[in-house]
Amino acid sequence: MAKVRALTGNHAVSEAMRQIDPDVVACYPITPQTELMQKFADFYADGLVRTELICVESEHSAMSASVGASAAGARVMTATAANGLALMWEIVYIAASTRLPITMTVVNRALSAPINIHCDHSDSMGCRDTGWIQLYAENSQEAYDHAIMAVRIAEHPDVLLPVMSMLDGFILSHTMERVEILEDEQVKAFIGDYTPLYPLLDVDNPVTYGPLDLQDYYFEHKRQQIGAMENARVVIPEIFAEYGNLSGREFDIFERYKSDDAEVILVCLGSTAGTAKVAIDELRAGGIKAGLVKLRVFRPFPHGELVEALSGARAIAVLDRSASFGAEGGPIHAEIRSALYGRTDIPVYDYIYGLGGRNIFVDDIKNVINLALEGKAGEMNYIGVR
Amino acid sequence: MKPMKPGNMLEIRWHGRGGQGAKTAADFIASCSIKEGKYSQGFPDYGPERMGAPIRGFTRISEEPIRLHCPIDRPDIVVVLDETILDSVDVTAGLPDDGVLIVNTQDSPGDLRRKHGIEAARIYTLDATKIAFDEIGRPIPNTPMVGALVKITGILGLDGVIEVLKEEFKPKFNESIIEGNLKAVRRAYEEVRGE
Repeated sequence: MAKVRALTGNHAVSEAMRQIDPDVVACYPITPQTELMQKFADFYADGLVRTELICVESEHSAMSASVGASAAGARVMTATAANGLALMWEIVYIAASTRLPITMTVVNRALSAPINIHCDHSDSMGCRDTGWIQLYAENSQEAYDHAIMAVRIAEHPDVLLPVMSMLDGFILSHTMERVEILEDEQVKAFIGDYTPLYPLLDVDNPVTYGPLDLQDYYFEHKRQQIGAMENARVVIPEIFAEYGNLSGREFDIFERYKSDDAEVILVCLGSTAGTAKVAIDELRAGGIKAGLVKLRVFRPFPHGELVEALSGARAIAVLDRSASFGAEGGPIHAEIRSALYGRTDIPVYDYIYGLGGRNIFVDDIKNVINLALEGKAGEMNYIGVR
Repeated sequence: MKPMKPGNMLEIRWHGRGGQGAKTAADFIASCSIKEGKYSQGFPDYGPERMGAPIRGFTRISEEPIRLHCPIDRPDIVVVLDETILDSVDVTAGLPDDGVLIVNTQDSPGDLRRKHGIEAARIYTLDATKIAFDEIGRPIPNTPMVGALVKITGILGLDGVIEVLKEEFKPKFNESIIEGNLKAVRRAYEEVRGE
């Protein structure tokens, strides 16, 4: 039986970490992730987890410790945000390239400069080509659920890639919500015991991690890594379905909300998807056939499935909470247009919004959808910028 | 009061100054609501918070899952923990004529309305600072305002709120502070005045 709790997003994820009880957690605080690790450190201090908690001196060290522990054969978790993620970047790429199934929660926050502690997706979107699987949560419940499923996805022998689970800073991390927590035994049974395939500490079967790899084999290893990400397309829906049966909640690579007969479809991810559902209900009450596609898995990007989901619309509006400077639109927009290229000629309008935590309201989203439907938007647009 | 929004949702906006407990109150009501089996959210505006600066807190309560993730711009209820905020912040922004405004002040609702030229809303007042001084010994008006909110809106039962308050304050405060807060909630429940 699940327990209903009043939890912030940060506390919901720390509950998931307590239940997962990883072998090693590397801990370094950064707003808005601090409370997440602080709560997990409480669990550690209270003897509720058997984890080896490593308090490191920087995020670069946090990911370095995670890589070392994971290569040694441990189940490893960490968490960060914004500039912390930027500082660990070098090792983030190495973690994926070394095929280490580390899981990390990123509490989305705008990158400096100027300094800003609030939500946008510039941190994790900047990481979209590091080779990590990426999951985005609409609410604290999903942040909890994703943290648990991430372990199974990462450790699947056909995948062996690290997974990054995102939740919106402050909007979710610091908002108290109703969250259903599974029984500890259910979570432990779902994730199972971790049996590393090639542990560095197995001295009877010696292996090498991270050797020099020049023109001879580097390319082949990258090709295998691309293959692992392709395998994740098959594995992720299986694990979503299994966890869906356990939790009674539905998970799909993306969620279709009233999009089947929609004339205009909004595409977004994160907490804004919830606000967008309310906007769509209000528009539908006024006779406008609007729908939403909420992305959950951004890497691997579900381009094939999205073509099918979006093809019936007259117009598509994309909400991007990060900029891709010098590119044609934000990261989600670029992916959607690329997915649709040569397959449909539906106009795709991009809206950059919410940078540095600028709020987005129901009326903003209704306005975006109306403009897209009337064909009155430019290719690149901004919500609420002065 | 009767919720009019889809899902029978009620939206409460809290206005106070840093240190008066607006965030704690917003989260506390959310926690009480979830423990009563409802859906709820509690969150503040996180700015460069500092003692005395105007801040806002938000609580949503609903019979159905809450999907909104934005501050409350169309509140049903506004709670003001510090009367002086009325001079600098438009606390009734988005509040309908039949909305509820609860203010911590020595004034009667009628006097407050005249003094600040408030046209919208049904006004209720309470000297929460005095109650807090008398019962807790510190001018932190959030728990009395919770008592007033519970009385006026009927969104939660007083007994349930008292139980959650005991449970949540126990790890943080000593017996006499908890007892003082309980008295403050009960006194506010009795003393809040309408027009």
